[in-house]
Amino acid sequence: MSRPAEALECGADERLILRERGQREVFCGLTGIVWLHRKMQDAFFLVVGSRTCAHLIQSAAGVMIFAEPRFGTAIIDERDLAGLADANEELDRVVEQLLARRPDIRMLFLVGSCPSEVIKLDLSRAAQRLSQRWLPDVRVLNYSGSGIETTFTEGEDACLAALVPELPRPQTEAPRLLVVGSLADVVEDQFRRLFAELGVGPVDFLPARNVAGLPPVGPGTRYLLAQPFLAETARLLEGRGARRLPAPFPLGAEGTTAWLKAAADDFGVDAAHFDAVTAPGRRRAETAVARYRDTLAGRRLFFFPDSQLEVPLARMLLRELDVQLVEVGTPYLHKHLMAPELALLPKEVTLSEGQHVENQLDRCHAAHPDLVVCGLGLANPLEARGMSTKWSIELVFTPIQGYEQAGDLAELFARPLLRRERIRDLESCN
Amino acid sequence: MQLTVWTYEGPPHVGAMRVATSMRDVHYVLHAPQGDTYADLLFTMIERRDHRPPVTYTTFQARDLGSDTATLFKNAAKDAYERFRPKAMLVGASCTAELIQDDPGGLAEALALPIPTVPLELPSYQKKENWGAGETFYQIVRHLADVDPPPDPEAGSRRPRCNLLGPTALGFRNRDDVVEVTQLLARLGVDVHVTAPLGAGPEDIARLGEADFNVVLYPETARSAAGWLKRRFGQPAVETVPIGIGATRDFVREVAELAGVDPAPVLDDPRSRMPWYSKSVDSTYLTGKRVFVFGDGSHALAAARIAQREMGFEVVGLGTYTRELAREVRAAAADYGVEPLITDDYLEVERAIEAAQPELVLGTQMERHIAKRFGIGCAVISAPVHVQDFPARYSPQMGFEGANVIFDSWVHPLTMGLEEHLLGMFRDDFEFADDAAPSHLGSHGGGATRRSEPSLAVVAATGEAPTEAAAAPVATAPAEVADAAGSRWEEEAERELKKIPFFVRGKARRNTEAFARERGVARITVETLYDAKAHFGR
Repeated sequence: MSRPAEALECGADERLILRERGQREVFCGLTGIVWLHRKMQDAFFLVVGSRTCAHLIQSAAGVMIFAEPRFGTAIIDERDLAGLADANEELDRVVEQLLARRPDIRMLFLVGSCPSEVIKLDLSRAAQRLSQRWLPDVRVLNYSGSGIETTFTEGEDACLAALVPELPRPQTEAPRLLVVGSLADVVEDQFRRLFAELGVGPVDFLPARNVAGLPPVGPGTRYLLAQPFLAETARLLEGRGARRLPAPFPLGAEGTTAWLKAAADDFGVDAAHFDAVTAPGRRRAETAVARYRDTLAGRRLFFFPDSQLEVPLARMLLRELDVQLVEVGTPYLHKHLMAPELALLPKEVTLSEGQHVENQLDRCHAAHPDLVVCGLGLANPLEARGMSTKWSIELVFTPIQGYEQAGDLAELFARPLLRRERIRDLESCN
Repeated sequence: MQLTVWTYEGPPHVGAMRVATSMRDVHYVLHAPQGDTYADLLFTMIERRDHRPPVTYTTFQARDLGSDTATLFKNAAKDAYERFRPKAMLVGASCTAELIQDDPGGLAEALALPIPTVPLELPSYQKKENWGAGETFYQIVRHLADVDPPPDPEAGSRRPRCNLLGPTALGFRNRDDVVEVTQLLARLGVDVHVTAPLGAGPEDIARLGEADFNVVLYPETARSAAGWLKRRFGQPAVETVPIGIGATRDFVREVAELAGVDPAPVLDDPRSRMPWYSKSVDSTYLTGKRVFVFGDGSHALAAARIAQREMGFEVVGLGTYTRELAREVRAAAADYGVEPLITDDYLEVERAIEAAQPELVLGTQMERHIAKRFGIGCAVISAPVHVQDFPARYSPQMGFEGANVIFDSWVHPLTMGLEEHLLGMFRDDFEFADDAAPSHLGSHGGGATRRSEPSLAVVAATGEAPTEAAAAPVATAPAEVADAAGSRWEEEAERELKKIPFFVRGKARRNTEAFARERGVARITVETLYDAKAHFGR
C-alpha cells in the first residue's frame, strides 16, 4: 500500500499514464456471473469457493435475483480443507445434486475462486472428469473468477475464453463475422438487423443464448469486440485463426458508426450503401444524445476504475457531449485493443491504471468534479460530501451500446445532475 | 462442500465489519484479496451510510502469493494507522488470507503501534457472520474493557445505570430499537451508561465496567461479551429480548428487579395500542391464522411468542439459521408443538413452507420471496437485511412502540376481516376470481403479472426493489385428477374445492384424499369433501 504511485510513459503513444498499486475498490471476476447466467439460458455457474463468494454474488450491486438462479456456490468447509473429505468426490456429489435439480441445464461452468486457487483445486481436471460423466447431456467447463486473478469484467473474459476451444469449426473458410462480448438481447437484435441490411454476414454472437447456438470459428472468421475487456478471449480466437477488426467500441453515435464501419469495410460494403443504411440510426442517436448536451457540456467528470469501459465511455462523453475529463481511471488498459479509442482521446486526458483508492479519493476531493463515476461502495460517501455520482455498475447492467441506446447512455450521466437540480430545495438540509 | 443458492449470513469477517463500522475511532485492517471490498456496499447502499466502513483491505493478488504478502499486510496496517489515526485497531484475515497463514495478529504486534490492537481469529470455513460479530465484540471488550472502574462517590445515591449491548451496523431495526429501549429505561429511572458497539468509541468500551448491570439486546452479538463482563465485574445481565408486549413487560420487570425500582408505572404505556388492537373485535379474523416463522434466533423466538400468544395465530412452523440459538428454538418449537427447523439451507426452508401451507410467513427477505412464489402473505421480522429494512420513519421492533409497529406490519399482508368473508361467500363473483387481490393491496393489473415469476429482477439496492410487503393470492394449479391411491375427484367436487380459499385448498385436497384413502373411497364427491372437512376440522 505504501508503494508510491508511478507515472509512466506509455510506449509509442507517449501518453502519460498514472499507474497505481494499493487497495482496490472493485469487484472480483465472479461478479460477471450476475449477467452471464441470464445471457446463457441453459448454462449454470457453480462457484467453488467460500461463503464470502456466495455472499458476494448475492450482494454484488445490491442485487437479489430471486427467480430460480442459474448459479450457486459449492461452499468449501473445514472438512474439505483438513482432507477429511476428498474435494473431488465432494464436488462430484454437489454436481450430481445440482443437475438432478436442474435437468434443463446443458452447460455447467465450474468457476474457480480465491480459496480454490490457493488450495490448488484443479477444476480443469474436475471439468474433464465431470464432462465424461455427464456428456452428451451436459458439457462441463471451467474458468477462474478469483479476485487474485481477475477484476470484475475480466470474469466474463475468462468465461468466454473457456468457451473458445468448444466452438465448432465452420464448414467452409468463407468470411463470417463474430461479435464478441455479452450484449443485451435487444442490442444484439438491433445489430443483427443492421448487419443484414449492410449485407455483412453470416453474423454470430459470442456468448450465444444457448449451447446449441455456439458459433463456429475458423480462419474465415473476422471478429468485432463489443466489449473492451476481452483480451484473453481475443488471443484464443486468434489462435483459432480468427482475425480482429480493430475499431472503437459501439458507444455513442460515433463509436457505433466506426464499429459497424470496421466490419462493413472488411466485407467490402461500399461507402454509399453504408451511409444509407446507417444514416437513420446515426441521426436518431445524435438527436437523442444532443438532448443532454446542455446538462453535461463543460461538466468535469472523474472516473474511478471499474469495468474497463471507462476509456470508451470517456471518449463518447468528451466527443459527443463536450464534458471535461478530470481523470479516467481503469483497472487495466489493454493498449492494443484500446488503440482505436486512444486515437480519439486527446493526450492531455489524465489516464490512471490500477488503483490506490485512498490516493485516488484524495485527488477526487481536491478536484471536486461535477460528476464522479464510481462503484457502489464509494457513491453515497461521496454524495454525502456534496458530489454527484453515477454508479458505474449500472453501465454494465444497462443496454448502452448501439445507436438506439446512445441517448439512454447520455441520460445515465445526466440523471444525477438533473436530479440534484430537481431536489434543490433539499440542498441546505443535511 | 455444501451446495448453496442463497445464504442467510455472510462470512465471519463481515460480522467483524459490522462491529467496526458501528463504532467510532476503530479501524479494521483486513488481509484480503481484491473483490472482498464488495462488503463495503452492504453498508453504503443497504444502510445508506454516508461514510465508507473503516476497513482497509490489503488487496493481495496471485503474483503476491509467491513473494511477500506479510509485508503487504504490515504496510497496509502502518498506512491505515497514519491515515486514519484510529484509537484502536482490529486486524484479521478473510477466508483466502486465512489459508495463507500470515498471522495478522503477530504482524500487527510487531509494528508496535501506539494504540491497542485487537487480533481477530475468525475461522471462515466453520463459522458465519453473526458468530463473527459476537466474537469481534467479545474480543474488543476483553481487550479494551479490562480496567478497574474508578471509585464511584455517588454509589447508592445516583440513578441505577446499565449498558446496552449488541446493536450493530446493518442490524435489523437496531437503530430504532436503541432509541426505544433507552426511553423505556429512562421512564423506569435507569440511565444508559454505554451503548455498544453501535456509536461507541474505544474509550466508551473502557467504561463498561462502571455500569450496574448489562442489557443484552441482541444475544447473537452480545452474549459472550456480557458473559465476560459478568465474570470480570460481577455485572448481571438482562437477557430477555423486549420484542412483543409480553416480552417487553418481562423485560421491564427484570430490569426493575435488578435496578431496585418500581416497574408498575412503566408496565402499561398509554401509547401501547397493540393489546387493544388485538383484543378489539375486528381482529377476530386473525384467530388461528397459520403462520410460519423463520429468522435469526432471537427474532424468530420473539415472533413466535407474539404470533401465538398476542395475535392469536397458530404457529405451524418455527425455525432459525442461528445455530448458536438452536437449543432455545428447539425448546420453543416443542412448546408450540411443531418440528424445529434449524438450517441455513434456503431450499430446505422453502420445502418446509410449502409443506406447512401457512397463511402468513414471518421471515427474512429470503422467505419474502419464497412466500411471493407461493402466493402467501409475508412480513419481514429479521436480518439478512434489505434496503427496505431501513425505513425513513421511526420503526422499532422492541418495546411498546415496537409492538405497535409489529401489529401493523403483520396485519397488512392479510386480507381484512369483512373482505375475507365476502371473498369466501361470493367466490363465484367474476371479480372475486382467485387472482383478485385484496383491495387494500392494490389490485390494478395484478392478475396477469402476479402469476409470472420475476424472471430477471436485477434490482439495484436503492432502486425499484420489489415493493410488495406481501404477495397477493395466487391459485395453486389444480393438481392431478387422481391421487396416488387412485381416488378420483368428481367434477362437481373439484368445483366445490375451488370455492375454498386458496391458502387452505391444498391442505383440503390432501386431507380429503387421505380421508378417502383411509376409507377406501374410490370417487371423491362433494359429500366426501364435507365428510373430510368434518373429520379434520378447519
